Amino acid sequence: MKPNSVAIVGAAETTELGKIPGMSQLQLHADAALNTLADAGLKPSDIDGIACAGESPVAVAHYLGIVPEWADGTQVGGCSFMLHVRHAAAAINEGLCTTVLITHGESGRSGVGRGGFRGNRASLQGQFESPYGPMGPPSIFTIPFLRYMKETGTTLEQLATVAVVQREWAGMNPRAAQRDPISVDDVMNARMIAYPFTKLECCLVTDGGGALILTSAERAKDFPTKPVYIIGTGESVETPMISQMQDMTVSKAFQVSGAKAFRESGISHKDVDHLMIYDAFAHLPFYGLEDLGFCGRGEAGAFIEERQTAPGGSLPMNTNGGGLSYMHSGMYGMYALQESVRQMRGTAPAQIDDAKISVCHGVGGMFAASGTIIMSNESAN
Amino acid sequence: MIDNKKADKTKLPLPIPTPETAHFWEGTKKDELRLQRCQSCAATYFPPRPFCPACASKAVEVFAASGEATLYSYVINHLPHPAFDGPYAIAVVELKEGPRMMTNIVDVEQTPEALVLDMPLKVTFETLTEEISLPYFRPAGGAS
Repeated sequence: MKPNSVAIVGAAETTELGKIPGMSQLQLHADAALNTLADAGLKPSDIDGIACAGESPVAVAHYLGIVPEWADGTQVGGCSFMLHVRHAAAAINEGLCTTVLITHGESGRSGVGRGGFRGNRASLQGQFESPYGPMGPPSIFTIPFLRYMKETGTTLEQLATVAVVQREWAGMNPRAAQRDPISVDDVMNARMIAYPFTKLECCLVTDGGGALILTSAERAKDFPTKPVYIIGTGESVETPMISQMQDMTVSKAFQVSGAKAFRESGISHKDVDHLMIYDAFAHLPFYGLEDLGFCGRGEAGAFIEERQTAPGGSLPMNTNGGGLSYMHSGMYGMYALQESVRQMRGTAPAQIDDAKISVCHGVGGMFAASGTIIMSNESAN
Repeated sequence: MIDNKKADKTKLPLPIPTPETAHFWEGTKKDELRLQRCQSCAATYFPPRPFCPACASKAVEVFAASGEATLYSYVINHLPHPAFDGPYAIAVVELKEGPRMMTNIVDVEQTPEALVLDMPLKVTFETLTEEISLPYFRPAGGAS
């Protein structure tokens, strides 16, 4: 896309996060959508494009009373919303629609009005992975890490440090689910989930939602909110089967998506003031930092240990507390985008002074897909 | 150790072969680990499909792999699974011929000390139903 041509003019999460047994998943989409419409000063009838994942765009549009001219139901897991932002920017630039609402809602903890997970035993995963006992993300997403450790020399202490640092950020965020400080020992001695990952290295399971509204940069100036410009976008997919990653020490999807977003934006890594790396599990920031080019191969563990991503560090990362400590409803990408928008608006609980550029990087499935959005609060001219 | 007597394998979600994968599951019933090889570009690949993922040629052949592999990566799952008794490794092995596949490592303690990356492994098959025999791997040279 053309940098700075499209802006985020509405952004909000569900009224509550955490445990929300009184709302169905569809209503979580709507709660986030209505909060976002109010944020942007719009009515549902002002929306002419809709995108969502988890629920069909048909269901969400109808529920909100919108008959859009453009719809995108791209569903590649937790980074679907990064792809929606990218697709929406292209659609707005192409004149397919003017004002896009992207919604997310997920009753990840309470399971109210949520479709069940149905394994397809005839799929390639069903035939060649499921018989060996993988039990969802904690025991699948984590499989590559021992190989990464062996090839890079990264330590279990460094893995634990990811959770420790993110808890520091969460401590500054009143909406974070887990805010009490933790130590490396606390993390390493927590209950083992899937060796070498303990409970504190696995994401939370919560309810919640979020939504965004995008329009052209030209129109963005007329909205009540501070525009957050999209300056670079990337997306890719690699494999639905963790066992078939080309190399378990890197994510090809991360590399392709990140490189594309940086190329589009024309920025370099030193221009980045704020970073979000989707952290469903504690190893993901290592892959994100290296595959996006912030760190050399095998250097991410030391980078985090040296507190470069911690409060006061050179590259503040996952400043809401992340999926490990803020919230994680299943498809966390929307919450990462929300935190990037808050940082660019200057309204984040742990606000980074003078932050002008934020990189927001998501993963979908289990190293299956990826989306990268680079935002700026400065217009092109 | 994965104790096949305690584990209730009837609780496993067993594969449903498709036309494209039928040769693989016919092979495991005969204690053969079947891979595919492209006759145009010589790429060896898995999982099965009737064309080469490297060059898209449909000139591909099925052959029996050596069954030799090394341990590429794994986790030891501590979450209870109805078909397993206690913590068990979910592993990815690298076959001598190149492709990788998910499996369990049998006939060995399910501990980080016993499961060392790059250790040599050998395929072994277990008949679960008339239709399905699953390939597993065990330490090469170990007692069966």
